[in-house]
Amino acid sequence: MVTAVQPIANSTPVAPTTDQRSSGTLRACAALLRRDFTLAWRRRGELFLPLLYAVIVAALFPFALGPDPELLGRIAGGVLLVIVVLAMLPALESMFRSDLEDGTLEQWLLAPQPLALLALTRVIAHWLTTVLPLIIVMPLLGALLNLPVKVLPVLMLTLLLATPLLVLLGAVLSALAAGARRSGILVALMLLPLAVPVVIFAAGAIAAAQSGMPYVAPLTWLAAALVLAIVLAPLACAAALRIAVEA
Amino acid sequence: MSRSYLPHWMHWLGSPPNFYRFAGALRPWLIAAALVCAAIGLYGGLVLAPPDFRQGDAYRIIFIHVPSAWMSLFIYACMAVTGLVALVWRVKLAEVIAMECAPIGAAFTLITLATGSLWGRPMWGTWWTWGARLTSELVLFFLYLGVIGLYNAFEDRRRGARAASLLALVGIVNLPIVHYSVVWWNTLHQGSTVDWLHLSQSSIAPSMLWPLLVMTLATHLYFFASILGRARTGLLSLEGGKQWVRSLVTETSR
Repeated sequence: MVTAVQPIANSTPVAPTTDQRSSGTLRACAALLRRDFTLAWRRRGELFLPLLYAVIVAALFPFALGPDPELLGRIAGGVLLVIVVLAMLPALESMFRSDLEDGTLEQWLLAPQPLALLALTRVIAHWLTTVLPLIIVMPLLGALLNLPVKVLPVLMLTLLLATPLLVLLGAVLSALAAGARRSGILVALMLLPLAVPVVIFAAGAIAAAQSGMPYVAPLTWLAAALVLAIVLAPLACAAALRIAVEA
Repeated sequence: MSRSYLPHWMHWLGSPPNFYRFAGALRPWLIAAALVCAAIGLYGGLVLAPPDFRQGDAYRIIFIHVPSAWMSLFIYACMAVTGLVALVWRVKLAEVIAMECAPIGAAFTLITLATGSLWGRPMWGTWWTWGARLTSELVLFFLYLGVIGLYNAFEDRRRGARAASLLALVGIVNLPIVHYSVVWWNTLHQGSTVDWLHLSQSSIAPSMLWPLLVMTLATHLYFFASILGRARTGLLSLEGGKQWVRSLVTETSR
């Protein structure tokens, strides 16, 4: 993506070729990524909030259920999955809101680049800045809840497949709710039905790994759903953004 | 000139004042037919049909439960189709109908869940199990709630209707996925108790089947009557400043 950044100051004013246009799209996506990373870095304190939330919830479970390591180890996989889903929710809600308020979204719509691709770029930036840290701290949280060591890699892999899927679905819902007067709990309410299959397959993989059974099948289902969502969700997200922007 | 693929009466009906009058004229007949069908169906189901040899009289709740369950899916399909029409062609009437479908569908879904739970208590010994059908129905209920919530969260009702229509379409793609994933999840964890229910339904006696079908007809008629009434009031509040509403008010007050 970085190689696409080339100065074209001396180019003569001719109609852009297909090659130039695609490089323009790549440049726009790269610029968008850079902007999102810069914004995230300027407010880096906020990036720790989901992590803090996850640690607090994980620490509450032993208090609620008792510190029995065997019981904790048995439920740790499912609990961590739910914690990640819950920790993702607050950030999902505000995925497009500030851009709608300051007029950035209108520029997205006016830009020659396809809106769906810009939305996909935003999803990637969002996942890298808010969800990836959650996956990185999973070993720590697993240790807190006495997660069996052999399950940890499967859990991480499951989350690597399931969380982008959830962010893609959440992006559609967040775009739908962006134009609404108050959204608060609304995105969570809308995400719950859509997240059910994702949670089922992710939990299936974790449970299979925990009981020593083959866990590849649910993972491949998740991967298939992720591929499908990468293609379809940005299109739905673009349609939702158009509804949100038009007044 | 571009050729119209729609018959003339559809264009005529799509105009709010025409629909308002048409719906107002049709609605009493639909309500009457729904009441007659419900009376016949309930009499046939609660009085004429014999008790089940295994479930006794408790099975009679299916004359409410099963039509409601079918309606909950049928209304979702109606909502998605009218929502698609609203999104693609921006028909105001389709937006109103799609959004007015949601509360009726949510009500039928709630009735299905409640009656199923009442039936499950004596039959399964529990109010709720995480069976495939029950879970799918619960997810459907949340989908309806999401559509209603999104629609009401918008200041501009037409924009809210379009956003909620898109959510309904996303939901209809998702609904089969939810159903099959829940079935898979259920067979993974526990034997499905609901298959047995399905079995007992497919081999239903004719004396129990006809009241069920009449009740299904009654719920459909009720739904059409209800959607016409709701769409009328929805159109009135949406078109409040228009000339036809104003002349309607002056006509009726005179």
